[in-house]
Amino acid sequence: MSTAAKNLGLNDGALVSAVRSGNQDAMAQLYDRYSSVVYAVALRVLTDAAAAEDVLQEIFMQLWRNPGSFDASRGNLAPWLAVIARNRAVDLLRKRKPQTEITEAVVSVEPDMASEADRGRTVEKVRAVLKEMPASQRSALEMAYFEGYSHSEIAEKTKEPLGTIKTRIRAGLMLLRKAVEAT
Amino acid sequence: MSVHEQFAEDLALYALGALEGGERASIEKHLEECASCRRELEQLSGDAALLALTTSGPRPPARAKSRLMDAIASESKLQTARPRLQWWTALGWLTAAVMVVFAIGFWRQNKHLSSTVGQLSGMLERQRADYEKVRRVADVLNARDATPYLVLPVSVKTLPPSGKAIYSRERNGLVFVASNLGPLPSGKAYELWLVPKQGAPIPAGVFKPDVHGGAVMLNPPLPVGVEAKAFAITIEPEQGSTTPTPPIIMMGAGG
Repeated sequence: MSTAAKNLGLNDGALVSAVRSGNQDAMAQLYDRYSSVVYAVALRVLTDAAAAEDVLQEIFMQLWRNPGSFDASRGNLAPWLAVIARNRAVDLLRKRKPQTEITEAVVSVEPDMASEADRGRTVEKVRAVLKEMPASQRSALEMAYFEGYSHSEIAEKTKEPLGTIKTRIRAGLMLLRKAVEAT
Repeated sequence: MSVHEQFAEDLALYALGALEGGERASIEKHLEECASCRRELEQLSGDAALLALTTSGPRPPARAKSRLMDAIASESKLQTARPRLQWWTALGWLTAAVMVVFAIGFWRQNKHLSSTVGQLSGMLERQRADYEKVRRVADVLNARDATPYLVLPVSVKTLPPSGKAIYSRERNGLVFVASNLGPLPSGKAYELWLVPKQGAPIPAGVFKPDVHGGAVMLNPPLPVGVEAKAFAITIEPEQGSTTPTPPIIMMGAGG
């Protein structure tokens, strides 16, 4: 059985351990699992396919060079990769130097999303909550998260009080949390 | 939830990266001291990650994976190539050694060439000297005042040595050719004398005949501007004499 075939059945933590040993097949497996997530986030932020591809390349190269930056005991790989992809893409969008090193990115997601099926169920619940969320609240969340606006910029653009923006954003995140806690 | 309520909203904004300025600095200072708020921040980051995970779109192009794996393979090669750096280092030393060997070779070749050039220069100098001798012979023979002097045996019993001297005072040159000269006693040589119109005979060179009795002398050293009356030959010690030793065995006047 080839190394690649052996890697097919491994969970994320095992694959990351294999990457730590320099296993390129394990890296290819992780790419196959999560490149769509990383690319989708980067494309959502940057709305530029070439720039999104560069972010995709950069994120996986960082994982290859520094697999120890992902702590499997503290969360799943998918949300972790999504967060660092989003952070890097926003930095590019705002034309600023990286604000957060991937080693500093700590993401704690309650539901287990080790399998693609688990992740699919969680994502569907979150999408359902977003769909039911008031447009102004969803917009505030998306402006902050995908467009990189600060709370004061959002307040200025929406002509809403700063306090209202703060409250909407926090409340929106709590709604997402409750949706997955109910899983 | 034990998070400090006064930081709750700012923590949510901070998790999204939407907090800035003094508020951001304030929450970061608080996070350094508050473990429960740090845990809440991790949770809020997870909540925000759920937002990221909801994104959907086209799959990345196939070339993206090739590009990544090529980059990874290149880095792996570089890492595994590190021990080879020593080999490259050794190659560098080897190259340096080869260059030194070549340098020595080139130096020797250069030295050899220099020696050859020196030899050629010597040959050229000799050829120039030979040419100069020939040129001077030609000058004497072609000189307007070139006068043959027939030198015959003084004793008719001596058979038949002869000599011919061609002298040019203007060119200060002398060509002397002799034949049928008899063999010499050991330690002796024939000496040619320029007999001037005034004064004592002047030594014009010492010579020994070959096995056939022939001899040639070209432009021996002579004083400048001497007008010759005759040329004479005596037998002298090998090193020559300053005055002729009798008897004069051959003698001839110009004209």
